Amino acid sequence: MTDALDGNAIAGQLEEVFGREMTTARGVCASCGAASLLAEVVVYLRAPGTVARCRRCGALLMVLVTIRETTCVDLRGLASLDPRPMEV
Amino acid sequence: MAGATLRRRLSWQLATVVELVEETPRTKTIVLQAPGWTGHRAGQHVDVRLTAEDGYQAQRSYSIASAPEDDQLALTVERLDDGEVSPYLVDELRPGDELELRGPIGGYFVWEESLGGPLLLIGGGSGIVPLHSIIRHHRALGSTVPARLLYSARSLDDVLYHDELTGAGDVDVRLTLTREQPDGWHGYRRRIDGELLREVAWPPAERPLVYVCGPTGFVETAATELVELGHEPSRIRTERFGPT
Repeated sequence: MTDALDGNAIAGQLEEVFGREMTTARGVCASCGAASLLAEVVVYLRAPGTVARCRRCGALLMVLVTIRETTCVDLRGLASLDPRPMEV
Repeated sequence: MAGATLRRRLSWQLATVVELVEETPRTKTIVLQAPGWTGHRAGQHVDVRLTAEDGYQAQRSYSIASAPEDDQLALTVERLDDGEVSPYLVDELRPGDELELRGPIGGYFVWEESLGGPLLLIGGGSGIVPLHSIIRHHRALGSTVPARLLYSARSLDDVLYHDELTGAGDVDVRLTLTREQPDGWHGYRRRIDGELLREVAWPPAERPLVYVCGPTGFVETAATELVELGHEPSRIRTERFGPT
């Protein structure tokens, strides 16, 4: 079991999949409704696959699994995903 | 440029090792020449990929230590004894070797002068690396944004960039040494907690912009205590490092 990290740790993987910087995108948890930047979600890198969970309720938000250079992305845990750059 | 986003594809590229600087016995700064490097923002990282002779690949993220203004790209890497990538980077890599990397990566844990301050940087262990890029950037700009660094390390020998951090005087540097202190040490000597943060941080009413980077437990403690002290969560940016 590795330490829980955060979305910064998968910034490269997300950019590879989405074609743009995604850690400043805002996701809404389908379970509890919490909105958070992807940089702030809880990430496990070797789950196996990459697993992202809601920092508030712990629900599964995203799963990314790469096999033979093809990445499968499961976003069912997200009610919405807004790639608009964050406002400071 | 409003409305115009330059789309570049994140792709792997080869960089050549120009120089290796020993920061501590277990930490090296790798200075790279990366043709086609498009520049970075202070606080970003790169992904590094190693390929074994049998084709097995291992990939890790490393923070950029250099400022956007510096001539060459530099990464600082700490050797994790049971690591898959860092022992090679710290012990085996030599000048002239090539390294496969992609980046710059990340848009959240970055600081630019337009974001203002006061700027409070809180680093634990090798979490200092992206903060160092921010400090170098702040210095290169001659920025007047007040900046303060709270840096927690095990001992004085584990402090990265010691002379550069403490020599310039443009950033107010506070060190805490958690395991071992030299004789006559006047700095802090304990792990980060609420009391230490209250002493070092600007009052919440001044709305400091806070960047916390370090191991997961360190970051969680610092961020939780800052919120307890009354700092706005939206003014606290966090990046967690961990052995992976």
